[in-house]
Amino acid sequence: MSKGLERRKAILSDPVAQFERAVEIREFETQVNALFASGTIRGTTHLCNGQEALAIGLASVLRTDDPVSATYRSHGIALALGLTTESAMAEIMGKATGCCGGLGGSMHLCDLELGLLPTSAIIGGGMPIAAGAALAFQVQGNDRVAVAIFGDGATNIGAFHETLNLAAIWKLPVVFICDNNVYAEYSRINLTTPIEDLHIRAESYAMPHFALDGMDIDVVREGIQSAVDRARSGGGPTFIEAKTYRFAGHSRADQALYRPEGELDSWKSRDPLLLLEERAKKSGKITDAQIADMKVRKAKEIEATVALCQNAPEPSAKTMFENIWSRKVSQ
Amino acid sequence: MPAMRVRQAIATAIADEMRTDPTVIVFGEDIAAAEGPFKTTEGLLEEFGPIRVRDTPISEMAFTGAAVGAATMGLKPVIEIMFMEFLGVALDQLVTEGAKMRYLSNGKLSVPMVVRASVGGGLGFGGQHSQTLENWVAATPGLKVLSPSDAQSAYSLLRAAIQDPDPVMFLEPRVTYAERGEVDTNLKMEIGKARVVKQGKDLTIVALGQMTNIAREAAAASSLDIEVIDLCTIVPWDKKTVLASVKKTGRLVVVEEQPQSGGWGSEIVAAVSAEFFGELKSPPIRITCPNVPVPYNGGLEARFLPNATEVNYQIDQLMATGKAPQPWWIREGF
Ligand SMILES: Cc1ncc(C[n+]2csc(CCOP(=O)(O)OP(=O)(O)O)c2C)c(N)n1
Ligand SMILES: [Mg+2]
Repeated sequence: MSKGLERRKAILSDPVAQFERAVEIREFETQVNALFASGTIRGTTHLCNGQEALAIGLASVLRTDDPVSATYRSHGIALALGLTTESAMAEIMGKATGCCGGLGGSMHLCDLELGLLPTSAIIGGGMPIAAGAALAFQVQGNDRVAVAIFGDGATNIGAFHETLNLAAIWKLPVVFICDNNVYAEYSRINLTTPIEDLHIRAESYAMPHFALDGMDIDVVREGIQSAVDRARSGGGPTFIEAKTYRFAGHSRADQALYRPEGELDSWKSRDPLLLLEERAKKSGKITDAQIADMKVRKAKEIEATVALCQNAPEPSAKTMFENIWSRKVSQ
Repeated sequence: MPAMRVRQAIATAIADEMRTDPTVIVFGEDIAAAEGPFKTTEGLLEEFGPIRVRDTPISEMAFTGAAVGAATMGLKPVIEIMFMEFLGVALDQLVTEGAKMRYLSNGKLSVPMVVRASVGGGLGFGGQHSQTLENWVAATPGLKVLSPSDAQSAYSLLRAAIQDPDPVMFLEPRVTYAERGEVDTNLKMEIGKARVVKQGKDLTIVALGQMTNIAREAAAASSLDIEVIDLCTIVPWDKKTVLASVKKTGRLVVVEEQPQSGGWGSEIVAAVSAEFFGELKSPPIRITCPNVPVPYNGGLEARFLPNATEVNYQIDQLMATGKAPQPWWIREGF
């Protein structure tokens, strides 16, 4: 079994492993942020702090042959699905050992073995793709399920509405997950959208829909499982709005000064990491001392990953000309 | 003359137009309260208020089309498409609706709007946020397509674009936003007129956007006396200036920041070849990016983009052999 598949298997049901993965994701983002801030990495990056429970909950419910179409804000989803930290970090650093050979970057992660379709950096861009994957499964007559996960801001783009309607009339085996982290770039959702509960939008497409607490992994798992079960058994699409919060700024340059005072703190009191930690302890499988050790170990592991990736080879010029077409044509 | 950054020149041009013309309104994603993801609309909300300066939802199709509609009813919308790629979801409204309004109203409707979009590579934004894509819009009769290369041209061309009675696509090279340059706010630049940024007699380089700076750099480093033309307008491009220059120098090199296939430079080369067939001292050539997506890796992205060294290599080969040299990726067997 590949390392990625092992990593996926590890988080399927064990609350300690799920907590550990969340710690890993948070550490990963901390390091990514530092690398961008220091100018070690160019371009841009979008951190997922606050959204870990949703990522891990999703990954723990899906099969590896259920494809996920996600966005530029997908470090956490990728790691939750099982992508190795080396593969993700190397990609973000533009190294040849990255999951896209260093040609994609932070916004473009992918691992087909784990069901991670190439992430899209265009708002709404991944939604029709997920519907299309579901169409393939319907035509092929198998029981695979496709997932589109996207932000609150994406509910205002045409592709969102067209895709929901298409998926509904064709009864496609797809699950739409709106990760409502309250902000789209520098705009609070209420400034751009006339309703607060975004899942209501699915009502007009006669699609089952509900909101759930995206900070609580048990709630996330239960909600997504019910939608996946429906899709797998031929019941068609479901729309889930996961209420989360974006702890960081939109992208690396953003200090997020536009947030109302106290909002971040109030969400942080329900930090998914805190909830996951409590839950892990309740399972009786880990003690406070072990948790402290684990956190230190994870931080060290990610530091080692960074060091490893810093020494990884750069992609050669030749790779720029690969994967353009099925067969290379020189021109 | 004040020195300002390109992004400030853009904000200043919009503000100056808004002061003189109350029909100018501005909208786009995070352009009002946050003053733009690239700070190209700094100060506008404060000065002109929320009726004329608006944030939009992430709905490029709707707000591009709304600009078309508002333009038909007497406003002059200036809208911002944060990255040119996002125009993809709004293309119908600009290309198939807006650009056809005058024609399909038998000349009764005008669409005086400007679509500003940041374009180009060099900053590590990867395959979906780094293209120039001017050919998406260049083949649409009814649209005008402009691209500035520095603070002065950003200022003067944007004012011309806002004043123009037709829909204008304004492509801003993202890498130049932070660059500083002197801006004479009284200097007018016309749509459809190129700028000779360096005089020379041995060879003509035609460039656009950030490639103008590459061409200047190459010319400065060359032992030849190179004339550099900043095309400024892709549609309708300035045949007169280009032809006059090539008539003088007898040689043409076009430097383009986009894949080789389908680039605007082909238009220039075709026109020059047709006009001066048999009189040219060497074949007109294009220096472009390879036909591949923009790679994220910094080293590869730098290779992907034309640079001064490659431009001068191509020119030296051209002078020495009289033949069109191969692009680097063919020379290196890719
Ligand atoms: C079509 C399109 N328009 C605009 C953008 C620029 N953009 C990138 S992220 C973003 C905000 C998206 O917000 P949301 O959907 O809530 O996702 P989040 O970033 O919160 O995960 C915007 C406007 C884009 N990538 N694609
Ligand atoms: Mg959001």
